[in-house]
Amino acid sequence: MPNPIQNVETRLRVPSTATKGEIIEIKTLISHPMYSGFTKDSAGKTIPRDIINTFAVTYNGRPVFKMTLQPAISANPFIAFSVVADQTGTFDFTWTDDNGAAYKDQAQITVS
Amino acid sequence: MKLAIGFAVTALLVVGLIAVARSDEGSNLAKHTVGNEKSGYVYASPDTRAMQDDDFSNPGFLWIERGKTLWNTPYGAAGKSCATCHGAAATSMKGVGAKYPVFDAAQGKVIDIEQRINLERTTRMGAAPFPWESRDLLAMTAYVKLQSRGMPVAVTTSGPAKVFWLEGKRFYDTRRGQLDMSCEQCHVQNNNNKLRSNTLSQGQINGFPTYRLKWQSLGSVQRRFRGCNKKVRAEPLPYGSQEYVDLELYVASLGQGLPVETPAVRQ
Repeated sequence: MPNPIQNVETRLRVPSTATKGEIIEIKTLISHPMYSGFTKDSAGKTIPRDIINTFAVTYNGRPVFKMTLQPAISANPFIAFSVVADQTGTFDFTWTDDNGAAYKDQAQITVS
Repeated sequence: MKLAIGFAVTALLVVGLIAVARSDEGSNLAKHTVGNEKSGYVYASPDTRAMQDDDFSNPGFLWIERGKTLWNTPYGAAGKSCATCHGAAATSMKGVGAKYPVFDAAQGKVIDIEQRINLERTTRMGAAPFPWESRDLLAMTAYVKLQSRGMPVAVTTSGPAKVFWLEGKRFYDTRRGQLDMSCEQCHVQNNNNKLRSNTLSQGQINGFPTYRLKWQSLGSVQRRFRGCNKKVRAEPLPYGSQEYVDLELYVASLGQGLPVETPAVRQ
């Protein structure tokens, strides 16, 4: 088993512009096997648990979304949520897994 | 466990996709039907279809991104990437995926896209072949086939390909396994009937490599064939066996004219 997980891809969909006060939808996707700790490999050895356990988003440094993930969540978790766009700036996305690896991505938004 | 995971996926998706689901469904389904041929899309649930329709929520695109990177990365002794010879995939690979499997004169047999990619790697790039069902082979296959998305499946079943097509048909019609069942019995004779809670589709392969929620991964058509063979309690054949490539050709020909959907999403 690769440790930490190799070739993790993240995808984001954040509107590039919004009007002040608009509720925008943000969609995120990350490639991660989400080993639940209950599965075995082809040799019959238990694959240790390694899931994305936390997903956190900040908007210009302010926390706007945080989620704790559990082992029953499938591989490649897709997470969507809404935010009120009130200022031009940056969204920072961080996914953290059980190995302590943090996968980061970023998106800009212009609010007028 | 699998069931629990399945519910979790569904729950998560419903939250995310409820807004995009159920838009102009009728016209959309018509696009995936040609005469009597129905893509697996028609049999999929509205949530699964919505997942496929939005390139963002379609997890198959995680592999596509990887394929795009691989296309431009030089490998092997020749120091060449796919792009060195083929340029932009969007133009050079357009329509290619819709024609596979094809008869290859140099090999003297019908080969599928996976085999073509690995032949290019070994004969032209001086690189090691990708292992079957590896992330990279799936990514490359899906990326090449994506360039034909929406184009009609157009495989050649005549000429030198004829004997291989007939072999594929023979495999399709042959009963096998402890359940003594053929592909044809489920997907033709009992098409539209229920198998437990699932409706039996026509077993069309226009969306492969497909992201199956059950697999939580993209998978090749040969993986699907192996799964079907196991379900009738037959010994699955190894990846890349000629029987499966012939079968790919035959099953593709049953869906002649259906749009390529790679990467499709199925349950």
